[in-house]
Amino acid sequence: MQPETTRAGRKARPEWADGLRQLYDSVVNEPLPDSFADLISKLDDTGK
Amino acid sequence: MSKAPAPAGPLDRPASAPSGQHRSESDRIAFKREMTAVIPHLRAFARGLCGRPDLADDLVQETLLKAWAAQDRFEPGTSMRAWTFVILRNAYLTDMRRNRFRGEYDEGVAERTLTAPAGQEGPLHLADMHRALLTLPHERREALLLVGAGGFSYEEAAEICGCAVGTIKSRVGRARAALSRMIENGEMPRRGKGGEDAAHRAIMKDLDHVAHGGTLD
Repeated sequence: MQPETTRAGRKARPEWADGLRQLYDSVVNEPLPDSFADLISKLDDTGK
Repeated sequence: MSKAPAPAGPLDRPASAPSGQHRSESDRIAFKREMTAVIPHLRAFARGLCGRPDLADDLVQETLLKAWAAQDRFEPGTSMRAWTFVILRNAYLTDMRRNRFRGEYDEGVAERTLTAPAGQEGPLHLADMHRALLTLPHERREALLLVGAGGFSYEEAAEICGCAVGTIKSRVGRARAALSRMIENGEMPRRGKGGEDAAHRAIMKDLDHVAHGGTLD
């Protein structure tokens, strides 16, 4: 138990909420490994 | 997957498609284009779920193959991202039950890949965030990922997880409360100081629980 830390971020979105989104976006924005292009291109022949 | 004969009903086919045979070439191309477009999102969701980038990408590959095989069941015009997330989630749960994710959290890789973009450096390192996230029970983690990171509505998230909207709200609420508590009390799992142990323990607990047919509400 902490003493009363009346942090301003309590009611507003917690400050880490942006971090969560950033975490997700940081992966979304990564360049795709080549293995994915390989896989996608192979789907042409094997499409069921 | 089930080789459904060409659907007869107009409801099954977009108006532009020729009726009958020929699950048209253009359908296939459109499907593939849409599926390709959501790969980055699948990777982000998978990484958040399982923590290990290499396993996450394996999971995405598995998902893509399954989605491709099941493409007849995709309704054009609906959300490809939501549809593929369901497949990814099911694959993850199956793998979890088979204990495939009993590897340890790969600290080194997370450290490399989760650096905050320059200029946006907050007080919170993204890797810390990720570690904290990984200490949450799986069902809360995925709910928070879908709503708080992926931007899905509660309704969409409920559909993806196959549960009630109220359940999702409660999971997200509990996940948020747990993260807030960790952060405000300075109890973020720290790297090298047993933080990954905490994350690991939490995942192990999930695994045992789920392996015994439990849920994590």
